[in-house]
Amino acid sequence: MLEQNISSLVQKLRNKEITSVELTQSYLDKIKELNPSLNSYITVRSESALAAAQKADEAIQAGTAGPLAGIPIAHKDLFCTNGIKTTCASKMLNNFIPPYESTVTARLEQAGAIMLGKTNMDEFAMGSSNENSHYGLVKNPWNTDLVPGGSSGGSAVAVAAGMAVATTGTDTGGSIRQPASFCGITGLKPTYGRVSRFGMIAYASSLDQAGPMARSAEDCAHLMNAIAGFDPQDSTSAEVDTQDYLADLNKPLTGLKIGLPKEYFGEGLEQGVADAIREAVKEFEKLGASVIDISLPNLKLSIPAYYVIAPSEASSNLSRFDGVRYGHRCDEPKDLLDMYMRSRAEGFSKEVQKRIMVGTYALSEGYYDAYYLKAQRIRRLIKQDFVNALNEVDVIMGPVAPSTAFAIGSKTDDPVAMYLEDIYTLSVNLAGIPAMSVPAGFSNKMPVGLQIMGNYFAESKLLNIAHQFQQATDWHLQTPSMEKGA
Amino acid sequence: MNWEIVIGLEIHAQLSTQSKLFSGAPVSFGAEANTQTTLVDLGMPGALPVFNKEALRMAVMFGHAVNADIGMTSVFARKNYFYPDLPKGYQTSQMDDPIVGIGHLDVTLEDGTTKRVGITRAHLEEDAGKSLHEDFHGMSGIDLNRSSTPLLEIVSEPDIRSAKEAVAYVKMIHSIVTYLGICDGNMAEGSMRCDVNISLRPKGQEEFGTRTEIKNVNSFRFIEKAIHTEVERQADILEDGGKITQETRLYDPDKDETRSMRSKEDANDYRYFPCPDLLPVVLTQEYVDEIKASLPELPTQKAARFISEYKLSEYDAGVLSSSRPMADYFEKVNKSAGDTKLSANWVMGELSKLLNQNQLDINDSPVDANNLGLLLARIKDNTINGKTAKDILADMWNGEGSADEIIEKKGLKQVTDTGAIEAMIQEIIVANPAQVEQFRAAEADKQKKMMGFFMGQIMKASQGKANPGIVTPILMKLLKG
Repeated sequence: MLEQNISSLVQKLRNKEITSVELTQSYLDKIKELNPSLNSYITVRSESALAAAQKADEAIQAGTAGPLAGIPIAHKDLFCTNGIKTTCASKMLNNFIPPYESTVTARLEQAGAIMLGKTNMDEFAMGSSNENSHYGLVKNPWNTDLVPGGSSGGSAVAVAAGMAVATTGTDTGGSIRQPASFCGITGLKPTYGRVSRFGMIAYASSLDQAGPMARSAEDCAHLMNAIAGFDPQDSTSAEVDTQDYLADLNKPLTGLKIGLPKEYFGEGLEQGVADAIREAVKEFEKLGASVIDISLPNLKLSIPAYYVIAPSEASSNLSRFDGVRYGHRCDEPKDLLDMYMRSRAEGFSKEVQKRIMVGTYALSEGYYDAYYLKAQRIRRLIKQDFVNALNEVDVIMGPVAPSTAFAIGSKTDDPVAMYLEDIYTLSVNLAGIPAMSVPAGFSNKMPVGLQIMGNYFAESKLLNIAHQFQQATDWHLQTPSMEKGA
Repeated sequence: MNWEIVIGLEIHAQLSTQSKLFSGAPVSFGAEANTQTTLVDLGMPGALPVFNKEALRMAVMFGHAVNADIGMTSVFARKNYFYPDLPKGYQTSQMDDPIVGIGHLDVTLEDGTTKRVGITRAHLEEDAGKSLHEDFHGMSGIDLNRSSTPLLEIVSEPDIRSAKEAVAYVKMIHSIVTYLGICDGNMAEGSMRCDVNISLRPKGQEEFGTRTEIKNVNSFRFIEKAIHTEVERQADILEDGGKITQETRLYDPDKDETRSMRSKEDANDYRYFPCPDLLPVVLTQEYVDEIKASLPELPTQKAARFISEYKLSEYDAGVLSSSRPMADYFEKVNKSAGDTKLSANWVMGELSKLLNQNQLDINDSPVDANNLGLLLARIKDNTINGKTAKDILADMWNGEGSADEIIEKKGLKQVTDTGAIEAMIQEIIVANPAQVEQFRAAEADKQKKMMGFFMGQIMKASQGKANPGIVTPILMKLLKG
């Protein structure tokens, strides 16, 4: 039952071959079995999930069910959920219960999806390994000695290990794509503004974007149909019409022009990953696509630009966590300054504090021009690189990450090595374009993700390309055995 | 030493929008703490601002009114600092690209001359909440009702040279924002707050001296007093060979002194950067032109019209156009009275006196403009004289009815029957032979003065109802015999 895709599950629920209560219970059982070792959930909501499943079954019976009625999913724990603890994997929000619902979770609930719980992540979405969580690190189900990637590691693991049909994630610099790649699932970071940020606890507002994580492109399309679209509560959400993301999945790829940027295949790329990506590209040629070598000359600048812009915005976004109105407050503050300093020092981990300090520094008088403004200029250059390239080709392909999943603890003392993990993903966020991670083979017995980057609001095209690839290959159907080390 | 005073002003005008600058919460004064708030005003995680277009329209109106460049692309920026009543840890304001750019204002001074004051900029920003320090047993309470209330911060050039000029400028801004209907101008409730930057320099020196900023001076009178006090303080220091410290000071009206709040060294680095939650505000020329075309008549335009249309003196026109309710009231009085000079005199004189005595705003006058006009119409058509009209106004003020009702009820109709008046004058001539004798012996210009005695007698006899215009020629004729 757990290996099914959303389309067939919806069909079986409508045909009464299964009930949502049965389906939900089977996922809750799986969570009970695997979560103690993998730690992909921070909060599991068994009772309310089963109650919602009961209602979904009734709605299906009555013929009033939404398109995702009865499908059990989970949300990254930075989407605010009304009456349900939302922590951002931080001690700061260990006691935070929002009195409101994010647009993403509200729209999925509206579509009938069942929320199993809230998934683990790097604290405030800052990290690439999911080792930085107040609730403990998350393990990769393919090899539990390895990290699942981050920051949406819990969401990726929940899908990969069969603890949810699909999940939501957020991607500020690769936080959907990189864990999807490491865990062998499919993830989509939509165009900036395609999905509302309302109720998403902000890391870097100009880069953050929510998207689906699932077993296949088709499943991602199901979730996109629910979550995409303008939201008057988010001023940066785009007033661009949405599409039926399932409609174009079966279009043939004949005549598709794929660009391969040489900068994505240079130094630092693991051989096994390079081989898998080249094989995948050959598969596309078989499907009727042509391949063109292109260049994104400013790629290297994306790391310094990102690590100025994201921390700058974060330093301001995280100022609201001051111990005054909600969240962690230190014991017996002596005075106001003491309350601020101790509450924040106790509530935030070192990684979060580091980024707040970097951002504060970059925005300071006398440094603003040299850091923040310069980073913004680089951002425009990077965006222009993509615009130029996408004038010549339909999509750009390359690896998601330079390697497959790495060992737990292997990069925690080397922040630069950790930041380099994001070299192929950051520039997409800086440009604001959509991109996917699609399973494309294995290296060192670990999954490799192929990255497909497209033009603004071309989500439908990306899903079509990924789906055609998944019709021709079975990488996305591979699942971890969960025998070793678990 | 002969010092020149240099003053620049920052005025925060609270815009009269229905809802807040970035949320749908209502803007209201005096509600129970933390009841006028949404997720946005409380700074909850994941809450996002949505810009109030009405505030934008108001800011553009103001820009036009001060002849300013309108920022066709304006950008909201975050001003970052920690304070308990600042829920997000930053204030959303505008820095590099304000909605209103360089403009100017021609301010009419008391002596009738005009002074041009440059406007540096005006930008939109949200207000913070309030910290409450009493009744919390040594702790502080936070009220976020005011959080995200829209403010327009109006910054002047350092063009002002005296306390009087400063007050005239603030009054002018006050009358503009109230004319435009974009601010209620209530300084006591903090709807308009003023920061005053002051420095001194030796007369003739080009370079500015070190300035201090006096925060939150909240009445016209205090602005004048605070400037005097601060100028004196700075002059004393400079005369003694000392140096002014650049700092923020507070004015204490009870002690009539300013005292230091924080020095420049303690000043925050606000780390301004463009707010990534809000898009740049891009205006079309069409939008800007449309607002310009729909602007109401402004105080200076109205004064000019009063002079040309009603032939009022510059002074009268200035007083009557100083506030929109006053101007509207005057025009209504004039319409029903049919006499401009009479209307102007009564609105500025008797009516203003009664309003002042009772500390009432002209909007709250118990006598409405139409009724006052009808009273004045009775002076004009000789039904009553001015003295009787004052008594009638007092009765109208006390709610005893309209002018005509009171005239009728109390029988105050003026005597205009020449036969009756002649008979009355004859009686007085007979009763005062000595005075008549004196009058007849006097020279022509002395006679004019002596008329007063006989006028008084006649008014007494007629209980004030004799029409002076009719009495005078008859009296003259009969006295001369």
